[in-house]
Amino acid sequence: MDTPITGASSGTRGGITAGRLTPDAYAANFADLHPALDPHEAQVAADRCYFCHDAPCVTACPTSIDIPLFIRQIATGTPDASARTILTQNILGGMCARVCPTETLCEQACVREAAEGKPVQIGRLQRYATDHLQRQGAHPFARAAETGKRIAVVGAGPAGLACAHRLSMLGHGVALLDARPKPGGLNEFGIATYKTTGGFAQAEVEWLLGIGGIALSNGVAFGRDFTVESLLSQFDAVFLGVGLAATNGLDIPGIDLPGVDDAVDFIAALRQSDPGAVPIGRDVVVIGGGMTAVDAAVQAKLLGATNVTLAYRGPQVRMKASQYEQDLAAARGVHVIHEAMPIAVEGQGHVAAVVFDRLGERVSIPADQMLLAIGQRLDPDALPATQGGKIVTEGPGRTRTARVWAGGDCATGGDDLTVTAVAQGRDAALDIHTSLMS
Amino acid sequence: MANLASTFAGIRSPNPFWLASAPPTDKEYNVRRAFEAGWGGVVWKTLGLDPHVVNVNGPRYGAIWGADRRLLGLNNIELITDRPLQVNLDEILAVKRDYPDRAVVVSLMVPCEEEPWKLILPQVEATGADGVELNFGCPHGMSERGMGSAVGQVPEYIEMVTRWVKANTRMPVIVKLTPNITDIRKPAGAAKAGGADAVSLINTINSITSVDLDLFAPEPTIDGRGAHGGYCGPAVKPIALNMVAEIARNPDLHGLPISGIGGITTWRDAAEFMALGAGNVQVCTAAMTYGFRIVQEMISGLSEYLDERGMALSDLTGRAVPNVCDWKDLNLNAVSKARIHQDLCIKCGRCYAACEDTSHQAIAMLPGRVFAVKDDECVACNLCVNVCPVEDCITMERMAEGDVDPRTGRVVSFDHADWTTHPNNPGAVAAE
Repeated sequence: MDTPITGASSGTRGGITAGRLTPDAYAANFADLHPALDPHEAQVAADRCYFCHDAPCVTACPTSIDIPLFIRQIATGTPDASARTILTQNILGGMCARVCPTETLCEQACVREAAEGKPVQIGRLQRYATDHLQRQGAHPFARAAETGKRIAVVGAGPAGLACAHRLSMLGHGVALLDARPKPGGLNEFGIATYKTTGGFAQAEVEWLLGIGGIALSNGVAFGRDFTVESLLSQFDAVFLGVGLAATNGLDIPGIDLPGVDDAVDFIAALRQSDPGAVPIGRDVVVIGGGMTAVDAAVQAKLLGATNVTLAYRGPQVRMKASQYEQDLAAARGVHVIHEAMPIAVEGQGHVAAVVFDRLGERVSIPADQMLLAIGQRLDPDALPATQGGKIVTEGPGRTRTARVWAGGDCATGGDDLTVTAVAQGRDAALDIHTSLMS
Repeated sequence: MANLASTFAGIRSPNPFWLASAPPTDKEYNVRRAFEAGWGGVVWKTLGLDPHVVNVNGPRYGAIWGADRRLLGLNNIELITDRPLQVNLDEILAVKRDYPDRAVVVSLMVPCEEEPWKLILPQVEATGADGVELNFGCPHGMSERGMGSAVGQVPEYIEMVTRWVKANTRMPVIVKLTPNITDIRKPAGAAKAGGADAVSLINTINSITSVDLDLFAPEPTIDGRGAHGGYCGPAVKPIALNMVAEIARNPDLHGLPISGIGGITTWRDAAEFMALGAGNVQVCTAAMTYGFRIVQEMISGLSEYLDERGMALSDLTGRAVPNVCDWKDLNLNAVSKARIHQDLCIKCGRCYAACEDTSHQAIAMLPGRVFAVKDDECVACNLCVNVCPVEDCITMERMAEGDVDPRTGRVVSFDHADWTTHPNNPGAVAAE
């Protein structure tokens, strides 16, 4: 909430158009949401940690990072040692520092949240340490002696990257396969631009691969270029971290009108472009209540849309976006409405309005663009057993198919968070290792 | 507003807050600013004979810090005034003339011979200064030349020089003591024997604040080398309080006025020194850290404290001295237990880690991170209170008479019983 929306809107005309703002306004709007701490700020922030016994923040962290230790290492002037503490548990600690909903994880558990409503800035301190180490260039971990085992990791998102890295550390050879043209998964394509600026996602992947032993192939798709069976015939084990590649649709009249887009595609396009080149409507309606919906709505506003409405079908308490994210949307000028069930899209050859049933009342909201963020789902082709739209796993990512593990958003047991995906990938790697070496 | 006017060793000042002999009182400009800010008096930075000394041209101070870089301890290698004697004398005269109600005491350090004292004392007297303070305390630099703490560490020298000074001036004489000794009562006694009107303490403590781990040199480092300095600031307050109390409660030294010095930063620090026997206090590091305006908080705070209790300033001095005793006289029958107030607890668990790892395993960690004292193990050591980040969250509660201490199984008695009569003490004496 530090960055005001600045710059005169050069384009308030209707329709979906790029270049609504000045270049300066785009730069300001898409700057880091939580800028990096400078050394003095980090020192002051680190001083506030009480070094709790059996610290609640560690318990709250899905990857169980030893937070009091890494903060103490910052406070004593050894940020690289601090980063190693973080990365030992969570190799994507740099990305998690940026995108974790810390307000509902470690920082919510921080005793200083209880004491004075101001938790230690754990996320920003984690970024300080991991950035410091990654600036040195060298990879901090070494591989164990080659085991001769080879594992296929499908999906180079958070789960796959964490799994591949841990397997490589343990001495295994890894083939990392990804359908997209670039690695990173949702880190690269699915997170709001202002949460991970400056090409960080790619830089982090490059740095992660610096451990060696991981052969990355992009543009190879599951189902098209290989199957579980074909991989099992070539590799000792398979890890599936394919994410939720398909999106849910909405079956209402007018949904096929031009101007109705998928929020996931919109976010991905924005991540891969200069914001000034991304077209946006003047009146945008976003359907959904999760993080993706907030990311889409906030970014629509930041791109220069005049009116952005975030419509959620249920009551506010059921929204999956954290309170922090909801507040962020409100602060950015997004109009959030609840109990709004979309029933029709109206327009002559292009979306012009979205019609809602709001507790029995028919409400029409003008829109020249509509973004759908109502959930993603698994692309179900040729996967191990699924249940509730996810691959069924037990314990550390074991599927019902022998020698196949899964983790991240595609598997059961997670919270659809980057950090849980990392934990699942890491833990599956350890289990694969135990299984292959016994 | 309580009347804070103070008379110390015959020297009057509008309040008991003086600036100690140190950089803040080095020259007229600073002292005028101090008086404008409200300080009751100053001890002018130590004068010596010409030719004046010189200072290093590199760093003079080193420090240690607490959380948020709060300065806790300061170390200096600055010597006495590095300006000509006459310049200082002229300035003292001018300041005293313009601020007749404030105390202006002049710190002195000259060689350990009577002639230099005979030479300098009349010149100081001519300025109209209210008194002199003999600098037998500075532990760095000047001590290498047989002055400062080199004198203060030899009680016979203290007595001898004090006697010379008393014989050669009508001004009140305060003897400033070094803490770099084993028993503060000896130099204090020597000052008294020499006729001193008062003592002031503590001067700074020999110290190296830190080591540069790239240069492998002590801080502050000058051209790759460092010399020990004198340590002061909040970190030395406990040492100073003890030394003040040791003098105040000694029957042979009873009545010797004490000017308390050592880490005084707030009105509360000042009140504590006074309660332990100081007639007034001197401040340096706090002023060097925050500027002269802090005296306003000292004035308002001490005044409010006295008003709330209906006490006069003179009631405060020495009020805690009767309660300073030897360990052997502490009441072994006073049994306390730690109490954790759950409504204040933020569940950091530091009390648990401290007690479980380093003490008596007397705190239980219950489901939901509830921390509770095990009375059958608690020896009331106070460590949990000290490590708890929330004030008053853990308190020591004295057990009531007649209750059974679950740790010992004994019925708590309010009768006094101490080591002197304890059966385990081979030297125990029968209770009278």
